[in-house]
Amino acid sequence: MANYSTNDFKPGLKVMLDGDPCAILENEYVKPGKGQAFNRVRLRNLKNGKVWERTFRSGDSLEGADVVDQEMQFLYSDGEFWHFMHPTSFEQLAAGEAAVADAAKWLKEEDSCQVTLWNGVPLMVYPPNFVELEIIETDPGVKGDTAGSGGKPAKLTTGAVVRVPLFVQTGEIVKVDTRSGEYVGRIKD
Amino acid sequence: MTDWRPATAREALAARASLLAHIRAFFAQRDVLEVETPCLARHGVTDLHIQCIEVPGYGFLQSSPEYHMKRLLAAGSGAIWQISKVFRHGEAGRRHNPEFSLLEWYRPGFSLDELIDECVALLSPLLKPETVIRHQFRDVFRQHTGLDPLTASASELALRAQQNGAPGDLDKPALVDWLMATVVEPALPKDALVVVDDFPGWAAALACKRQDHDGEWVAQRFEIYCGGYELANGYHELTDATEQAARFQRDRELRQQHGLRDMSADPQLLAALEHGLPDCSGVAIGLDRVLMAQRGVGDIRDLLAFPVDRA
Repeated sequence: MANYSTNDFKPGLKVMLDGDPCAILENEYVKPGKGQAFNRVRLRNLKNGKVWERTFRSGDSLEGADVVDQEMQFLYSDGEFWHFMHPTSFEQLAAGEAAVADAAKWLKEEDSCQVTLWNGVPLMVYPPNFVELEIIETDPGVKGDTAGSGGKPAKLTTGAVVRVPLFVQTGEIVKVDTRSGEYVGRIKD
Repeated sequence: MTDWRPATAREALAARASLLAHIRAFFAQRDVLEVETPCLARHGVTDLHIQCIEVPGYGFLQSSPEYHMKRLLAAGSGAIWQISKVFRHGEAGRRHNPEFSLLEWYRPGFSLDELIDECVALLSPLLKPETVIRHQFRDVFRQHTGLDPLTASASELALRAQQNGAPGDLDKPALVDWLMATVVEPALPKDALVVVDDFPGWAAALACKRQDHDGEWVAQRFEIYCGGYELANGYHELTDATEQAARFQRDRELRQQHGLRDMSADPQLLAALEHGLPDCSGVAIGLDRVLMAQRGVGDIRDLLAFPVDRA
């Protein structure tokens, strides 16, 4: 990979720091009088999501990280690994628990996900922003409630639990925003 | 859609226009001659911390009009001033734009104190400071860091700088720069004009040096801060051609050690110094910073119609 100097540190640039791939969030140039210039840089460690703050001498450089975002289709989970397929090459990749993390509870077979690859290995899996999943378990609804005041918990096929309005029943398919974990609506056949 | 619009409100354009009018009236009243010198010239600067932008076939965009103005002074121009666009590679951020407006003037026969007084006279009506405070670099540095920048060891300075997140492997001048920028400058009162003089001897650049009351070498150089910004940098100008040539040579060695491109010393400036530069003091003021301090704006890009990423 190419090396990038502090001048090239734009938000979104992926670089290696202490052996981990990181994304630049912010780069502030600091220069006292006529002296040495510095760059104060905020980076997100892409392996664990933590935000690091580091200072570099201006002109210092970091090695680029081979990190790409790839749309992939989720195939299945064998309990230990989650398997994804490239939509055009049909190449299959397995992602471990660390990479899938919280996304696991939204993954439905055949859904398309964004997978961040580092040196070709899945680093992070992002579920689609909206998923449509069937309710497998929820308390019976109350007739006449249409406002959804309060709501009730409902367990979905993937294991996720979301709050749904009282009138929504087991067996129905609901649309959920995975970023907030909130119910959006019912999908009627 | 292509974003063609300027980054500033019309009001910010008007503030800049009125600043320029104020400066022009100020120097007209004091009978200082307005001059123009080239932005593009054969030579750049050897300074370790200033990287000039090269224009293939022509030379370099000037990082300051200093060399040409000194050639005018050596030729007998008398007191001169100008506002010029200057260029510095890689300097972009909240307080920096690679191209910026610099007011620079030279006063033959002025001591550094007289020039400081003139700077205060120019800036006070613009910035309306509550007071004017004057510090020696050593004192203000010691007050805020607990360390004497001239006599503290590099390891003491490194320990203090690392508490503040400095990168490793900095030499003593760089450690002092770091502490100045991250500890001292932010602690200076925002509503005062703060004049800091007697910089460490290694930071003399084109200024004369003298020994302070402890016999330590200090540069006859001052800076003025207001509103948290460094606005002005002034020198009692070095007139000794041999000493200047030696400093350029030292710069070139430092550039080589730091893996930076070699920059040749400007032979025309050195020839002018050999001919004879009158004893004088000179200062440069960043006008974009003055506007930032005047208007309490935290980002230089909000005051430039077309900052570098829109230009």
